Amino acid sequence: MHPCTRPLRQFIADNFLFGEPGAAESLGDGDSLIDAGLIDSTGVLELVGFLEQEFGIDVADEDLVPENLDSIARLAAFIDRKRADRVDVSPE
Amino acid sequence: MCGIAGIVFADSRPVDAERLADMIAAISHRGPDETRLLTQPGVGLAHARLSIIDIDGGRQPMTTDDGRLSVVFNGEIFNYLELRDELVARGRRFRTRSDTEVLLHLYAEYGDRLVEHLNGQWAFAIWDEPARRLFVSRDRLGVRPLFYTTAGGAFRFGSEIKALFADVNVPRRLDLVALDQLLTYWCTLPPRTMFEGVEELPPGHSMSVRDGRVEIRQYWQPSFEPMETRSEAEYVEELRALLADAVRLRLRSDVPVGAYLSGGLDSSVTSALAQRAVGGRLRTFSIAFDDPRFDESAMQRDVASWLRTAHDEVRCTSADIVRVLPDVVWHTETPLLRTAPAPLFLLSRAVRRAGFKVVVTGEGADEVFGGYDIFKEAKIRRFCAANPGSRRRPSLLRRLYPYLPTLHQQSDAYLQAFFKAGPDDRQSPFFSHMPRWTMTSRIKSFLTPDARAAAAAAGPQPPAVPEHFRSWDPFCQAQFLEMAQLLPGYILSAQGDRVALAHGVEARYPFLDVRVVEFASRLPTRLKMKVLNEKYVLKQAAAGLIPESVRCRAKQPYRAPDGDGFATTADYARELLAPETLQRDGVFRPEAVAALVRKLRDGRAIGVRDHMAVTAVLSTGLLLEQFVHRTRRVTHASVHAPVAPVHR
Repeated sequence: MHPCTRPLRQFIADNFLFGEPGAAESLGDGDSLIDAGLIDSTGVLELVGFLEQEFGIDVADEDLVPENLDSIARLAAFIDRKRADRVDVSPE
Repeated sequence: MCGIAGIVFADSRPVDAERLADMIAAISHRGPDETRLLTQPGVGLAHARLSIIDIDGGRQPMTTDDGRLSVVFNGEIFNYLELRDELVARGRRFRTRSDTEVLLHLYAEYGDRLVEHLNGQWAFAIWDEPARRLFVSRDRLGVRPLFYTTAGGAFRFGSEIKALFADVNVPRRLDLVALDQLLTYWCTLPPRTMFEGVEELPPGHSMSVRDGRVEIRQYWQPSFEPMETRSEAEYVEELRALLADAVRLRLRSDVPVGAYLSGGLDSSVTSALAQRAVGGRLRTFSIAFDDPRFDESAMQRDVASWLRTAHDEVRCTSADIVRVLPDVVWHTETPLLRTAPAPLFLLSRAVRRAGFKVVVTGEGADEVFGGYDIFKEAKIRRFCAANPGSRRRPSLLRRLYPYLPTLHQQSDAYLQAFFKAGPDDRQSPFFSHMPRWTMTSRIKSFLTPDARAAAAAAGPQPPAVPEHFRSWDPFCQAQFLEMAQLLPGYILSAQGDRVALAHGVEARYPFLDVRVVEFASRLPTRLKMKVLNEKYVLKQAAAGLIPESVRCRAKQPYRAPDGDGFATTADYARELLAPETLQRDGVFRPEAVAALVRKLRDGRAIGVRDHMAVTAVLSTGLLLEQFVHRTRRVTHASVHAPVAPVHR
């Protein structure tokens, strides 16, 4: 399992599902957060705040697309890419 | 405006006048000027009066000279002078100048079909003694409320549910199916109310009660037949004349009439027309917020200054909203999802303190002429769904909800994802409202499994639509849903009648004049929303009447600050959100509410959905404590008039 999956799932469970019985467990890593009715426009901003604080990445405006943020799996992959980018731009 | 109540037994047993007096006393805030009762074998009628027309002659219950018909009436018949002239020409003789007496003569002349002659806002009950029959009616669009119950061995009715609960024979139980409806549509779908066994007469319906049998009949509903019969200029001219006359009729009063002024198009138009018609200087009232995201006071002052009205504003803070919410729920008798009724409650109090009992307001224009963003949203979603591959069409979504900054921080891709519609969705009769209902329904995740199961047991609860609904164009379908549901179920009740009458203030709505509504129903859709320009024809009709800055500004709906302090500052909120309280009531999951409260306290709850959820939980708790458990006292002191019984 990707190491970010657990905290991401926990954040979604706490902030968007409020412990709804069975909901966090039934949310698949690839399930769309929009289609599941979990994320609205403010939800995206809550999520971005969490990513920046928890994983130490900077989320740029152009990153705010469902391809990056709309499932646990996409979020984990996005975090990996951002961390890799951070390494890439360090001075040689 | 007034409050009415009554009891009808299937036989001629005597009515307990004291119990009837308790019923009307429970709603005497609606009519603090005078309270009177009428009891006859098997029937009792009660009336709490807000004296507006024919102060001396309009007392109720009113009975015909021959004793055959008696009426209690809440509301106004704005065309009563014209109807009176017609009735006099038919040989009827009047003893008062009131619109109440017009109802009695109209009923004598036309029977149940009298409603077809009325231009007004009403809920009334006429007792026909020879027929031993009660005829009850509610206005077309649901401006005035009417609730009833057959629980406890009699037919009881009242302007508010608390009048029915004044009788100990009426049980007090929360209806979980109704709560499920509210957590979808923002309101219950009549006849269902928040309480089991208590029903609401739907707008546009009449009912009769005889020998213990209740019969309900729909006499009107919103209907749309757009047709091109004249030029745009002619439509604009006709609308201008209609609105001027609708306002003129709504200034008929023996007490001064003021106006609400929001700073937007609709109330600016009604205020402008009223200012022209009153001859003197119109008094206008508005709400100002400390929070600049919601405040429109600068625009309100501009309009007032332009129209030269004498203007008053009521300043409202988030703390004020938290403070008055229990009183607001006491009056609205329903859980709330938003705090918007609270400032209007404070506004009506200020209006009454300023010595006014009547105001003209701009509500209804957004429904009748297509002003809400939900109409625009549906149009754009449908346009995008027609060509899902288009990269340019979704950019139109940027035109929606300009007052929601978080939405505008989103990428086009996210906007498209939020508002996307599949090919199947487009076939749904509820296409326009699905996003709103889906978003609101998320609050149900806070319900306990038992509460969800109880609600689900009743099966799906879609709103009723008329036979021809599917043949209407999508814009008219969306309009119907707004006019038939949210308008009576929330705008005219929780934000209208209930908070205005909490302080004995009657609101009058020129845009809901039946002639204006029927004009709009025939208007070509392209003149309601021209491309994405909402209320186009109304804006054209408003030219020269109001400042251009208001006429041309983007729609800014009335919104109030969220009760940010609910979870931390209010004692009642701490009690109602506590796990033991939630556990006792069994409606909401304590652990979910605790997580929400933590989010609010930490300042992490920035979304509409979280604020809607906490408002729903709190207001449901208030409703239970005030009406079911009766453990919470209402702080708002109503002015009770002495009861004057009349026995015949």
